[in-house]
Amino acid sequence: MELYKLSAHELRKKLQAKEVSAVEVAEAVYNRVDAVEDTVQAYISLTREAALAEARRVDEKIKTGQAILPLAGIPGALKDNICVKGTRTTCGSKILANYVPPYDATVTRKLAEQDTVIIGKANLDEFAMGSSTENSAFKVSRNPWDTDTVPGGSSGGSAAAVAAAEAVWALGSDTGGSIRLPAAFCGVVGLKPTYGRVSRYGLVAYASSLDQIGPITRDVTDCALVMNAIAGYDPLDSTSINAPTPDYTKALVPDIRGLKIGLPKEYFVAGMDPEVERAVYAAIEQLKALGAEYKEVSMPHTEYALATYYMVATAEASSNLARYVGVGFGYRGEGSDIIAMSKKSRTEGFGEEVRRRIMLGNYALSSGYYDAYYLKALKVRTLIKRDFDKAFEDVDVLAAPIAPTTAFKIGEKVDDPLAMYLQDVCTVPVNLAGVPAISLPCGFKDHMPIGLQIIGKPLGEETILRAAYAFEQNNDYYKRLAPLGRA
Amino acid sequence: MAYEVVIGLEVHTELKTESKIFCGCSTKFGADQNTNVCPVCLGLPGVLPVFNTKVLEFAVRTGLALNCEILPFSKFDRKNYYYPDLPKNFQTSQYDLPIAVNGYLDIEVNGETRRINITRVHMEEDAGKLVHAGSITKSEYALVDYNRTGVPLLEIVSEPDIRSADEAKAYLEKLKAILQYIDVSDCKMEEGSLRCDANISLRPAGATYLGTKSELKNLNSFKAVQRGLEYEVLRQTEVLEEGGKVVQETRTWDEGRGITASMRSKEQAHDYRYFPEPDLVPIVVDPVWIEDIRKKLPELPDARRARLINDHNLSSYDAGMITSSRAMADYFDNTLKAGADAKTAANWLMGEVSKHLNLSNCEVEDCPVTPEKLVELTKLLDKGTISGKIAKTVFEEMWSSGKDAATIVKEQGLVQISDEGAIIAVIEAVIAANPQSVADFQAGKDRAIGFLVGQVMKQTKGRANPEVVNKLLRERM
Ligand SMILES: [Zn+2]
Repeated sequence: MELYKLSAHELRKKLQAKEVSAVEVAEAVYNRVDAVEDTVQAYISLTREAALAEARRVDEKIKTGQAILPLAGIPGALKDNICVKGTRTTCGSKILANYVPPYDATVTRKLAEQDTVIIGKANLDEFAMGSSTENSAFKVSRNPWDTDTVPGGSSGGSAAAVAAAEAVWALGSDTGGSIRLPAAFCGVVGLKPTYGRVSRYGLVAYASSLDQIGPITRDVTDCALVMNAIAGYDPLDSTSINAPTPDYTKALVPDIRGLKIGLPKEYFVAGMDPEVERAVYAAIEQLKALGAEYKEVSMPHTEYALATYYMVATAEASSNLARYVGVGFGYRGEGSDIIAMSKKSRTEGFGEEVRRRIMLGNYALSSGYYDAYYLKALKVRTLIKRDFDKAFEDVDVLAAPIAPTTAFKIGEKVDDPLAMYLQDVCTVPVNLAGVPAISLPCGFKDHMPIGLQIIGKPLGEETILRAAYAFEQNNDYYKRLAPLGRA
Repeated sequence: MAYEVVIGLEVHTELKTESKIFCGCSTKFGADQNTNVCPVCLGLPGVLPVFNTKVLEFAVRTGLALNCEILPFSKFDRKNYYYPDLPKNFQTSQYDLPIAVNGYLDIEVNGETRRINITRVHMEEDAGKLVHAGSITKSEYALVDYNRTGVPLLEIVSEPDIRSADEAKAYLEKLKAILQYIDVSDCKMEEGSLRCDANISLRPAGATYLGTKSELKNLNSFKAVQRGLEYEVLRQTEVLEEGGKVVQETRTWDEGRGITASMRSKEQAHDYRYFPEPDLVPIVVDPVWIEDIRKKLPELPDARRARLINDHNLSSYDAGMITSSRAMADYFDNTLKAGADAKTAANWLMGEVSKHLNLSNCEVEDCPVTPEKLVELTKLLDKGTISGKIAKTVFEEMWSSGKDAATIVKEQGLVQISDEGAIIAVIEAVIAANPQSVADFQAGKDRAIGFLVGQVMKQTKGRANPEVVNKLLRERM
C-alpha cells in the first residue's frame, strides 16, 4: 500500500519498526501532492524544505535509538490562519498575502516539540469566514469526492488535503462549524474541542469567544493523537482552561454500553435532505445496537442560534479585523493621508464576505443598536448554553446531523449569503455553548459523504471520542478513499 | 447674571509597573524607539493579551486611597476607534464595570475644605506615539513609536464638583500627592505620566441643572489646566452674556496663544462601540486581598498633615507644604528621627533646602544634604557653635562638597566667638571708629545699634555671637 494512504498511527508503527524512514513518508506525501494538488487545490503554500529537514532530524533520532513522540515524522497541514514563525500566514486574504509572522502559535510550537512534519499551509475562506472555502482570495479548493463540489468551509483546504491524502492529518479552526462541516463534506473526522481546551495564541482571530483550533484526520484514533499533541493549558491564552490534559487515546475503547445519547429534535430542521436525516438516524440506531440508550431531548432556543451567532461573531470580527489598515503590517493601499490609506487598504485588501461581516458587526455594536442586537444576542447565547446544560443533565452526549445536506456545487450558493449561512445551522449552537463536538462519516448520498455530529459536555472530549470510535470501528467508511474525480 | 462654574476632571496616570499591562515588555521611559515591543503590544495577527496582576494591585491601592468601593466583579471592554498610534485600532479599557467607584478626596482652597467626589477609577492600556517629520500639518509622513503602547494607565474621573480653576489645580495637586504617596505613579506631567482632560460648563448661580459643557484637551501642565479653565470660564461667560448658547464640543488648549480652540463637535464625536473584551476573563477580586492591601496603605497626605500639626505643633501652612509630596514629608520625618526639633527642621526644609532644590532643579530624594546631615548642622547652631548666618554658609558648602557640617566648621574655622573677652576689643574699636552712630544711639535712635552690630560681625567675619555683641555694645554705650 502507498505510504500516503496510511493513517498516523499506522505510519508510527512503521517508523518505529524502521520499515520506513520519515523522509520516505514525507516524500511519499509530497509526491502525492505533486500528483493531485492541481485537481484539489488544498494548499496556499508548501513548506517542502523545512518539512524534509524535520523528517531527516526524526530519522536521525530513530537511527540513534532515541525515543520518538507519537506524531514525530508524521506529515500534516496547518490551516493558513495559524501562525508559523518565518512562514507566510495569509488567512486566505489579500490583506495578509505577504505577511510573515515573527512568532509561532502555541499549537505550532507544540507540534514542533512533537517533531511533526508540516507539509504546508492549507486554504481557507478568508479570515475563516465562510462555509465553502470559495471566499479564499487565492483559490477554490475542491471536494476530493467530487471535484465539482465544495469541500465545505472554512477549513476546506485542511479537510480536502486529508481526504485527498495530501496530508495525514491537519489542523483547522472552528468558529461556527468550520472544522466539522468540511470534515463531513469530505468524509473525514473533525473535532471542535471545548472552548479553552486548545490555546488560541497565534490563531489569527475571527471571533474570539467562539474560535477553537482542532484536528481533522482520517480516523478517530488519529484525532485522539493530534489532540494529545495540541490540547492543554496555555498561560498565553487567558481563556485557556487550566485543567489536566488526559491521554485521549485511552478513550478509544469500542464499548458504549450504557452511554446515554440525546437526540435534539430541533436539529432535524425543515428542508433537511431526507437521505441525510435517514443516515443520521441509522447511525443512532447502530449506536443503540452497540449498547447505547437514546432519547429525544428538546433544545428550544436552537432556532435562534444562527442569528445569535451572526451577531456575536461579526461584532467580535469587526473589532478583531480593525488592525488591518496597512500601517504596521499587511497590504497597504495608496492614499494621500492616513484615512484615505486605511480605507484603500481595507477596501482593496478584504474580500466581499469579510467586508459584509465587518459591516454587520459594526452595526450590531453601534450606539442606539447595541441593546437591540449585540446585548440581546449575548442574552440568547446564555439561553442556548442553558439548553445544553439542561440536556446534559439527562444524557452523556447529543447526536445530530452536521449539515442539512451533503456538499453542494461550487458556485451554487456564492450569490446567496443567507443560503450559505444556513449550512451552519446545526453547528453554531455548539460554539455558542463552548462545548466539544466531533464530526465523522456515517454514510453516503450519491457517493457524497454524510457527517454525524456527536456533541459532548464541557471537557467531554473523551466521551465523544469513545462514542465516535465505537461507531467507526463497526463501519468501514474511514477505509474508503476519495476518488478525486467528478461524480 | 452671576454664573457658577462646574468642572469635572478626567485624569490619566501611567502606573509604574515594571512591565506593560498585557505583555512582558518593559515600561521604561526614554528607551530607543520601538525597542520595548513584542507581537502582543504591536497587535500582530493572532496575539492575545495576558493581564498583568500588578496593575490590578496598583488600581486597588489607588481606589482605596481615594476612598472608593472596589467592585468584586469587574471586566475589560474594547473601546473601538481608529488611530494610527493604536496598533489594534481598539483600546482595551473598562466600560460599565470599572475596578473602583464612588470615592472622594478633600481639597483645601482659601482655608476652606471641599470634598470632590470621584465617580470611578478604571484600568486601560496606553497608546503609542506619532512622530511627525517637521510640523504636524505640513509633514509628509508620520512615524509610530510603539514603546508606550500597552503601558498601564488608570483613568480617574471626578464628579462635576469642582467650582473654579483654583480648585481644579488643588484637586490635581492632591491627587498627584496621593498617587505618589501610594507609590503607583511618578506623575510626571512633562513625561506624560499624568494627563488631564477637563469638562467645564457654567450655570446660573443657585441652579442645580448642568449647563452645556465643553471638553478641554491638551492640558499638559498644572499651569495649563488652570489657565485653560480660566480662559474657558471667560469664553463661556461671554457667550452666555451675549445671549448665545455654549456648544457641546471638544476644545484644545493652545498654550502659545493662550486660548482654547474647537477640535470637534458633538456630532463628530466617536461611537466607540464598546463591548466586553472576549480575550480576557472577568476580574474577580478576593475581599481578603483587598483588606490586605488596605492595611498596607501608607499614611496618606491628610493624615500626615494632621500628625505634623497635632504632634509637632507645625502651622497648618507649613504642614501642608511639607506633606504636599511624599518625598518631602519623608525627608521631614527623617530629620525628626535624627533628633531634630520639628519647628527648626520645618524652617530649614522650607527655607534653605527648598531654595537649593529649586535652584539646582533637584528632587528632594536626591538632595545631597541628607536629613541626618542637616540635623548635625542644626545641632551646631543650637549649641551656639556657629551663628545662624554662618550656618547658611555651611549649608551651601555641604550642598556643594558633600562634607558634613562639623568638618566644614573645623576646616574653615567658623566656630562662633561667644567669649566676651575676645569680642570686647573689636567692640571698642568699632565704637571709636563710629562716633556718629554712637551719638545717634545715645540720642534715642535705637536703630543705630544695628549698624554697629553689623560692623562687629563684619570684622569677626560673622563668627561673633550676635546676642553677645548686642549685649556688650549696649553696656559700652
Ligand atoms: Zn509587548
